[in-house]
Amino acid sequence: MMRIKTPTKKRIKRELDKRAPKLIETGKKTLILHGTKTSNVLNAVLAEIYHLKRDNAIKYTKKNDNVRPFESGGETSLEFFSLKTDCSLFVLGTHSKKRPNNLVLGRTYDHHLYDLVEVGVENFKSTESFSYDKKLAPHIGSKPLFAFIGEGFESVEELKHLKEVLLDLFRGEVVKNLNLAGIDRVYLCTAMSPTKVFFTQCAIRLKKSGTTVPRIELVEVGPSMDFVVRRHRLPDEGVKKQAMKTAPESTKKKEKNVKGDVIEGKVGKIYIPDQKVGSVPLPNRAKGVKRERREAKMNNEAHEPAEKKQKEDSD
Amino acid sequence: MAEYEIDLGNLMAFDPHRSFSSPPSSREELVKESLEQGTKLVQAVADTLFVLPSTEDPDGPIVTLPPPTTRLPREKPLPKPKAPTRWELFAKKKGIQKHKKDKVAFDEQTGTWKRRHGYDRVNDDKDVPIIEAKMNDEPGEDPFAKRREEKKKRVDKQEKNRLHNLKQAAKSGALPSHIQLAATALPITGSQAAPKKVGKDELQNVAGMAASATASGGKFDKKLPGEKPTKHEKKYRKFLPAAEGSGMSSLEKQQTEKVLNKLISKNSHEILNVEKAVTMYNVTEEKKRRSQKGKSFSSSSKLKPNKKSFKKMPKKGSSNKGKSK
Repeated sequence: MMRIKTPTKKRIKRELDKRAPKLIETGKKTLILHGTKTSNVLNAVLAEIYHLKRDNAIKYTKKNDNVRPFESGGETSLEFFSLKTDCSLFVLGTHSKKRPNNLVLGRTYDHHLYDLVEVGVENFKSTESFSYDKKLAPHIGSKPLFAFIGEGFESVEELKHLKEVLLDLFRGEVVKNLNLAGIDRVYLCTAMSPTKVFFTQCAIRLKKSGTTVPRIELVEVGPSMDFVVRRHRLPDEGVKKQAMKTAPESTKKKEKNVKGDVIEGKVGKIYIPDQKVGSVPLPNRAKGVKRERREAKMNNEAHEPAEKKQKEDSD
Repeated sequence: MAEYEIDLGNLMAFDPHRSFSSPPSSREELVKESLEQGTKLVQAVADTLFVLPSTEDPDGPIVTLPPPTTRLPREKPLPKPKAPTRWELFAKKKGIQKHKKDKVAFDEQTGTWKRRHGYDRVNDDKDVPIIEAKMNDEPGEDPFAKRREEKKKRVDKQEKNRLHNLKQAAKSGALPSHIQLAATALPITGSQAAPKKVGKDELQNVAGMAASATASGGKFDKKLPGEKPTKHEKKYRKFLPAAEGSGMSSLEKQQTEKVLNKLISKNSHEILNVEKAVTMYNVTEEKKRRSQKGKSFSSSSKLKPNKKSFKKMPKKGSSNKGKSK
């Protein structure tokens, strides 16, 4: 016999529905964790990345010994965490003698490992070490711009992969409408050599120019570091094909409250909310009201000491 | 001026023409150069961004971005369309259209408008006060109890239908995310794991192992009726017979040959353990066949994330024995 298990509370059902696969996907969540050993630098890097992605990132504080994404059995822990927290991006920091200050940036598809890029962090400078006008500081959660410089990003496979992963990591949600006043950060990546990428975050200052397009000025603001690409693993071909499938063209949205096309043409229904005729505040206070107030005041003074009356309407 | 690749949907600009032939002299120079180039790129993006048609808003001008051009992989597979239920198939066949019903309906019994579902509803089975006896009714039967039983039967039938619909949906992979079917223990998110079925022989083996895990090796335990005797014999060592008959090759020779082969293969390179490779291949084939058997009929079974390929890849080819110390 089979039993149908549904959650007893509606709140749980809503949470489960949020995690269900959707036709058009909203932002991916990131899981930030570290392995057996970390260094000071790496701790700072992970903390900075967490701050950059505050709203949709989860940071684990404990060390995880059995997470080795590049080995065949070592990804089960990661997949389990990804399933539990519903995160499809992860940043794993480890430190060892052979690979100092190691960051593994990875993605999952359907809560299984999709691809990985391993980079080493050098020359890290945190946000606090940069001095700048605090008013320019980028807001948390603002949509960033990306600037990739260097032909290495097109020719070298590892850098191509790194570009894609960085874009995915820092992109945030894909939005249709953007507020132009809210553009305040840009991630700058320069391919210095086929293995090294200089990464930094800058705040954007828009200055007046003659035309509608403002003049851009960049001020280095956020963390800056060098990524030395170490290893990477490209996704499996079959999985890649499945993951790149786009949603089919959506059917036209049903127009509500509109019908009747043949005889009358298009007929629509308009719903007007209740008109509260009695309680609408009038612009000019009627004279009678004022007199009543005066009379009441006089009467009250006769009975008891005048109590403080609330102002009816601001004039 | 070099051409930049601009992806407006992602607010990204890429300059593919810049190359650092020699590493810049100092770090500060590198930073300065990057900032300069970056400024140019961002300016290019802003140029295209600010000429888009914008609507005014108290916070600032709002523009509609085009969809991004760089394709990034999804995080979860595409949702499958809902499987049609039994009733939906029937309605489609017969051409029955769905009509929208109102929340209130007129109740003839009380002559008032009552709600259609829920507390105090229209035409409720329980509200009937008098049931007239018919000619074909038996004398001792309680018609109210009969009605209650019929309703219970209807409810059970509906539950059975619902279970059937959900099973159909699960078969085609379109089970709603908040529902789990208990017996098959499918995980709610993520891909299906093939349920493990334990066979009779396996169970017997395990039971035997458990039984022999006592202080006296399971020798003095009372056997239940029907339990087969333990498989493992008492002897653990095999001695060669003192006098040998002339057989194919003498047992002593076989023994020494076996040991020598093992020693040699350990220290030689590039010997493929054909047996092992064949068994490994057979195991993977078996697993693939098994997973394809009880699964959905969609063709994506081949394209499903294949965990095995990651695990087997470093091991396939030369066996462990081929490597020298």
